[in-house]
Amino acid sequence: MSTLAPEAIAAHQLTLPEYDKILSLLGREPTLTELGIFSVMWSEHCSYKSSRIHLKKLPTQSKHVLQGPGENAGIIDIGDNVAIAFKIESHNHPSFIEPFQGAATGVGGILRDIFTMGARPIAVMDAIRFGRLDDARTGARNRRILQGVVSGIAHYGNCFGVPTVGGECVFEACYDGNPLVNVFALGVFKHNEIFYGKATGIGNPVIYVGAKTGRDGIHGASMASAEFTEESKQKRPNVQVGDPFMEKLLLEACLEAMKTGAIVGIQDMGAAGLTCSTCEMGSRAETGVEIDLKFVPQRESGMTPYEIMLSESQERMLLVAEKGREEEVLAVFRKWGLDAVIIGVVTDDGMLRVKNHGDVVAEISNRALADEAPLYNRPYTTPLRVAPLDGPTIRSNDLGADLKALLGSGDLSNKRWIWEQYDYQVRTNTLAGPGAEAAMVRIKDTETSIAMSLDGNGRYCALDPREGTKLIVAECCRNLSTVGALPLAATNNLNFGNPERPEIMAQLVESIEGLAEACRFFETPITGGNVSLYNETLGTPIFPTPVIGMVGTLPTGLPMPLAFQAEGRRIFLLGGLRPGGDREFGSSQYAKVILDRLWGTPPKLDMYYEKRVQSAVRELVRDGLVDSAHDLGDGGLAVALAEASFGPQGIGADIRLDSDRSQELVLFEESPSRILVSTSNPEAVRAAAAKNSVEALEIGATLKARVVIRNRTETWIDSSVGDLYSVWNNALEHLLLNPASVVNA
Amino acid sequence: MKIGVVVFPGSNCDHDAWYAMSHNLGQDVSLLWHDSPSVGGVDAVILPGGFSYGDYLRCGAIAKFSPVITAVKRFAAEGGPVLGICNGFQILVECGLLEGALIRNVGQRFVCKTVSTRVETTDSPFTHLAKQGEVLRLPVAHGEGCFIAEEPVLDRLESEDRVAIRYLENPNGSMRGIAGILNEGRNVLGMMPHPERAADPLMGNTDGLVMLTSLIDFAPNDYAAAGSSAFSKS
Repeated sequence: MSTLAPEAIAAHQLTLPEYDKILSLLGREPTLTELGIFSVMWSEHCSYKSSRIHLKKLPTQSKHVLQGPGENAGIIDIGDNVAIAFKIESHNHPSFIEPFQGAATGVGGILRDIFTMGARPIAVMDAIRFGRLDDARTGARNRRILQGVVSGIAHYGNCFGVPTVGGECVFEACYDGNPLVNVFALGVFKHNEIFYGKATGIGNPVIYVGAKTGRDGIHGASMASAEFTEESKQKRPNVQVGDPFMEKLLLEACLEAMKTGAIVGIQDMGAAGLTCSTCEMGSRAETGVEIDLKFVPQRESGMTPYEIMLSESQERMLLVAEKGREEEVLAVFRKWGLDAVIIGVVTDDGMLRVKNHGDVVAEISNRALADEAPLYNRPYTTPLRVAPLDGPTIRSNDLGADLKALLGSGDLSNKRWIWEQYDYQVRTNTLAGPGAEAAMVRIKDTETSIAMSLDGNGRYCALDPREGTKLIVAECCRNLSTVGALPLAATNNLNFGNPERPEIMAQLVESIEGLAEACRFFETPITGGNVSLYNETLGTPIFPTPVIGMVGTLPTGLPMPLAFQAEGRRIFLLGGLRPGGDREFGSSQYAKVILDRLWGTPPKLDMYYEKRVQSAVRELVRDGLVDSAHDLGDGGLAVALAEASFGPQGIGADIRLDSDRSQELVLFEESPSRILVSTSNPEAVRAAAAKNSVEALEIGATLKARVVIRNRTETWIDSSVGDLYSVWNNALEHLLLNPASVVNA
Repeated sequence: MKIGVVVFPGSNCDHDAWYAMSHNLGQDVSLLWHDSPSVGGVDAVILPGGFSYGDYLRCGAIAKFSPVITAVKRFAAEGGPVLGICNGFQILVECGLLEGALIRNVGQRFVCKTVSTRVETTDSPFTHLAKQGEVLRLPVAHGEGCFIAEEPVLDRLESEDRVAIRYLENPNGSMRGIAGILNEGRNVLGMMPHPERAADPLMGNTDGLVMLTSLIDFAPNDYAAAGSSAFSKS
């Protein structure tokens, strides 16, 4: 065995101490194949080596949780013997290098995580972030990336047959060279249909199913664990190519094969492909796995063991069947026209043993690969401060124009150009799709529906990662409560920069601690998720961007009105005005869009008050006592009033305020814990508020076709709903197709 | 009524058609696997939406060679009602049961939305319970739904009253706003909109029910001896 050169070790993104650890675990030098196997399993992407000690702070259990972190997806019980599996996964780096395939395979990967557990995927949501579309220097590239990402998501999800029911799309300069593509998926099954990624049963056959293995995606996991440099484009062959039709067949075949009762464990081949699936399944079951690569279906000739083990070809699964019943399993895959080959066997020695035509090319303990990756307590200081504490003096000339500018901004505009490309209805479960407060799907044959919300806020977290993350959790819970759902559990996607920089590591630590505190408080444990680090380009990090996917349940068939329904209804602000200060205003969309600035701190959150507001609105919606409910978020009160006017009837609002504070703050500040409701039953609203000890401030009444906001004798805004709608509705298309006109407007 | 829903590898609205017909409308629905040599004694066949065989080459281009399509053609030739929805419409056009072609949407993008359509004829097993000119709000979800045909073909479809549904909001650039057409025998309908997605009150839209109940209400024996005009219920 020849000695490996230091360059070979560095090229595998292993440090010398890590290499020493490999030497001591093996008791000898690794082969090149073994070095490749270690490098992917110990990459940040697969091992969470920088984040793991902090992730342990997260709450992961509740009476609803059937499976917490550590499996392919988390599982919660929703009653009636039904469970849901859900998880989020990032595909940031591949989506920058090749937007269409990067995003498409992101969808493919998370769908496999769901159905490998036995659940049928019934909903997908996407949180996507790009650089500014109208930037003179980077706009053209950002528009191209967005279009590629959206069509990639559409291509994969639509063909696979899963509805894309919601998500978010945000534009910020920090994502110029590093877009974020976070995909959430959710599936449903019965309790007795749950499968795990465990290679149990000594002597059981190990079966490879699905697409053939090619040279695509080799070292994808390591690529996703490095910063972008000028050479990154050369990594395009590292991006995998997806085939949603193959995945659809794989889904149907796997679910059908599971019904035979002959499958004992199953795991998809995602990041690190055959390597990850074999050693993780063995490690979980405390068994060994022995395979011979000569049996692995291959798309190309002459592939080396190194290439086969590290390939990230898509649409492949590894399963372990009960010995003697393998034919039942193989027959199902034959019916669906898929390759299914026995490539090895479960052993009792705890080793991953890879042979190539009988010759052993790698022999490593499964535990060493899956559980003994280096664990770093990376040094951290205080979070990188990206903005000053104090902002400019604000004096608006035209509040109506400001409102239109906000509604016409990329972040707040109607995203229909994006979501009309997604089939959001297939499988006929979608009760509320894209554009709703929370997405909602019914679970057929039960009385229960699932509500879900996907949210992040890089600006808040850039100013204060801890408080910003708590605000995101609160907002997710508020979104669910606003449609009458009870939040039950969450998944997280932590998108951060380079953890080897102490001020970035500090962002990650504070964000995780904030997440832990808020999830514990709202009783929404984290059942799994994903950490994406090294989101930097040429040394410039993204804003710290945790994205939270929250799920909850509600009885099927509740009305879920977001918009005003009729004229002459009374309008209340549950939670009241909750005035913030000048510093908190620096994190708002107003500061971003109108002033092009960022300063100060995120809005202040009182979690106790927040929870009571949520209880109040949930009770009102469940009892049908309000006509509409819409939470205040980006853009504050004025934007919420405009959005609530964008229903089919075009009902606006006549608002009378009585405030001494500055008009910009009252209209556009983003203090949390506030929900706009309209009702013909004001006493019920007051009673629910009183019962929960929160304010119910009556601020006006619904009005046909206009949004009028007055403070005492002053008219702050008087706009036609039609004008506001048209700006909001057409903005994104203009930004994408004719950005120059927007810049000059 | 016994209804067969064909399942190709890659069909993904098969379950939706099955659910609407069995759960929303209480019919006896069976799934017909793509390699079935016969349709197995059903009274009507639905070709559902999806991406049959991945829609490689061209939408529906591979499905037309499947054994079940041979059986469906035989069933249609005997007068059996066949409803092709979305990918089902694309397959019917590819296999020659319907005229014209479905190409990439004008605008080049997949489009999922609910659009207004108008019932243009009630003289078919699929529309006889609707009112002439009735406006139906129906979901569409497709990338290749732009209906095209040569002018004489379009003229003939119109003059023979074989345009069954027309878009009032054209989502894909279809010629003359055509959303669904009938064959000469009037027992085969292909349409891009999805009536099965508008068949459940919970989903907030039941405009598709009139088409599905028309099909169910159309007595199986009616077509055995039927000439084209027999489909009108007076």
